[in-house]
Amino acid sequence: MDFNLTEDRQMLADTLNRFLTEQYPVEHRNKVAYDAPYHDPSKWDALVELGTLFALAPEEAGGMGGAGFDIAVVFEALGRQITPEPVLGALMASRLLAAAGADQEALLSGASKYAVAFTELDAAYELDQIAAQATAKGDAYALSGRKSTVYGGQVADVFLVAAKLNGKLAVFQVNAADANVTGYGMMDGAGAAELLLDDTPATLLIEDGAAAMEDAINAGIVALCAEAVGAMDVTHAITVDYLKQRKQFGITIGKFQVLQHRAVDMLTEIEQSRSIVIKAAAELGGPDASRYASMAKNLIGRSARLIAEEAIQMHGGIAMTWEYPVSHYGKRLVMLDAQLGDTDYHLSRVMAGNAAA
Amino acid sequence: MDLSYSAEDIAFRDEVRAYLADNLPKHISDAVREGGEMGKAMIEEWHAILNRKGWLATIWPKEFGGPGWTPVQRHIFEEECCRAYSPRILPFGISMLGPVLQKFGTKEQQDHYLPRILDGTDWWCQGYSEPGAGSDLASLKTRAVREGDEWVINGQKTWTTLGQHADWIFCLCRTDPDAKQQQGISFILVDMKTPGIEVRPIKLIEGGHEVNEVFFTDVRVPYGNLVGEENKGWTIAKYLLTHERTGIAGVGFSMQALEEVKALARKTLRNGKPLIEDPLFAARIAQVEIDLEAMKITNLRMLFKAQSQGAPGPETSILKIKGTVIHQELKDLARRALGPAAAPFPGHVTDGNLMFGPAATAHNAARYFNNRKTSIFGGSNEIQRNILTKTMLEL
Repeated sequence: MDFNLTEDRQMLADTLNRFLTEQYPVEHRNKVAYDAPYHDPSKWDALVELGTLFALAPEEAGGMGGAGFDIAVVFEALGRQITPEPVLGALMASRLLAAAGADQEALLSGASKYAVAFTELDAAYELDQIAAQATAKGDAYALSGRKSTVYGGQVADVFLVAAKLNGKLAVFQVNAADANVTGYGMMDGAGAAELLLDDTPATLLIEDGAAAMEDAINAGIVALCAEAVGAMDVTHAITVDYLKQRKQFGITIGKFQVLQHRAVDMLTEIEQSRSIVIKAAAELGGPDASRYASMAKNLIGRSARLIAEEAIQMHGGIAMTWEYPVSHYGKRLVMLDAQLGDTDYHLSRVMAGNAAA
Repeated sequence: MDLSYSAEDIAFRDEVRAYLADNLPKHISDAVREGGEMGKAMIEEWHAILNRKGWLATIWPKEFGGPGWTPVQRHIFEEECCRAYSPRILPFGISMLGPVLQKFGTKEQQDHYLPRILDGTDWWCQGYSEPGAGSDLASLKTRAVREGDEWVINGQKTWTTLGQHADWIFCLCRTDPDAKQQQGISFILVDMKTPGIEVRPIKLIEGGHEVNEVFFTDVRVPYGNLVGEENKGWTIAKYLLTHERTGIAGVGFSMQALEEVKALARKTLRNGKPLIEDPLFAARIAQVEIDLEAMKITNLRMLFKAQSQGAPGPETSILKIKGTVIHQELKDLARRALGPAAAPFPGHVTDGNLMFGPAATAHNAARYFNNRKTSIFGGSNEIQRNILTKTMLEL
């Protein structure tokens, strides 16, 4: 048993944290996160140069990491600065390319940005409800359907698209240039896109792709949950700091027990969140990965919203302003619940597992 | 990061598991499984069995007769004990007084009392809380006045767990009423057979007799029963409260309770289907199971910290708060799973009474009510939040 990071991962965490604190302060983040292209291309290049993407892929795929804890380290650092860079799409696409045995050079070098398109208007999270259809055209394929809120899709060069082929869920590669892409920004910063497919040419990556999609989603969940832990840590620290500064009734409001206990409860939930991320990261790639990913996403869904709402409430009006960082952390913490399955969706998956056991 | 036990730890776990399978008497594990109160005889029987193996005082160092285990080994032992439905080891002598005597006691006190704790000669109870001193323990009023070679003690202790069986009580007494609250308290050992002591039972919410009031009227004990320095008892009290308690999260007991709730929910039919398929109830189970899964890791993280840094730190308050809330939720679910079958008074319903469910389930409401205590005792969860406010948030 060992809860310390390996030296390599600690070094990666230190490097990313230093870079992001210096180069991506929240004021800069807010400048780039809410206007097209909803990220900072030069900072993306710098992140790639620091080895961020290589840390997300295993050696056999050309990377230098790819384990749950590598993913957690990278995304916790990104979460601390609520970085709007499209790293999640790269991670999930890398998992799919690895499952397909496809070359990842363009992805890992940062030359091409990838987004994974599986969500549809009537299938926010459920792979078995996907309606997009693929048809064979000689050696090639064509896709039809609509993919919705594809995170990172506003800047993607390549989409990996989940669609039905002969009744099975398959994964295809679609060049952005061949598709109808409408990009937009999100409430919590960063961007997404609607992807309209109308007989759009595609390359088949994985014919029977449900398991690979599930793995990509599990990895994405570990990433989002670690991102949330980073963002929760910072939000809590800002809040506690504010309790020490802000005076009302002649004393700092941190002297009020009603606020002290709520700040402690936030801390407790953050520690629980950190624990469940460790568990989900440890199980990633194993036979119980989906169960623990669901547990993590459910717990984080609850705790992240608690931290966001309590931080805003305990600050009072100031955290309602665009100017103050907590409003942006709060939005990210609440809205990441809607990515890759929300609190209730993942609770129902844990329930289904219990009923079947 | 590595969540798995080492090969040595796994070998140790297997050894504990095999030992429990061979040595835990079935009538004792059955009694634990049925959830009723443990009688004195059964607790003493189990203590004696563990003591023969040298596994009773798991937190004592080897020199005092403990097994010299690491925090992780102690955790494994506790986990296996819960898994096997063995009774909780009584904390008063083993994990409260024992470490205090080892740190603050004289050689004579150690030589006299420690072996008697191990072999069961002395059953200890705790004299801390008073009617006017609960969370604000330092305001305690029980007075000990030195007269020659004796202490004369007057006052009242309360919430004295299993004091009805006790041979001895360790007490916090006020020995300097003029000093600042925390500075005039001493830690004194008192023989329960001393004239002037009266034990009165307190009947608890579920009808059980677990705690007592202890009255002291001109109780005379030798001056040498003082532990540590006069008026330095608060230091001992704090040491005892913050002393490393690997089991404070109660993870093993909650895992046991979760399995029980699931088993009940599989057996009980609601709307003609097993309750575990009812979405509302299944959601409650799943949610607390997720919280418990996280708690397991939180517990191991703090254990790892205790092992690698020597002390667990104030974060153990997090374990107390969250651990008790999870356990209480599970007890609530067990009660709710049974519906009216949880309602009969234990002992008032027998298998012959066909109006209700089997007698074996009747204790579930009692256990639910009894377990409301866990967020109150040992420093209430609100006091734990005060501790975290000071130590972790520095507010």
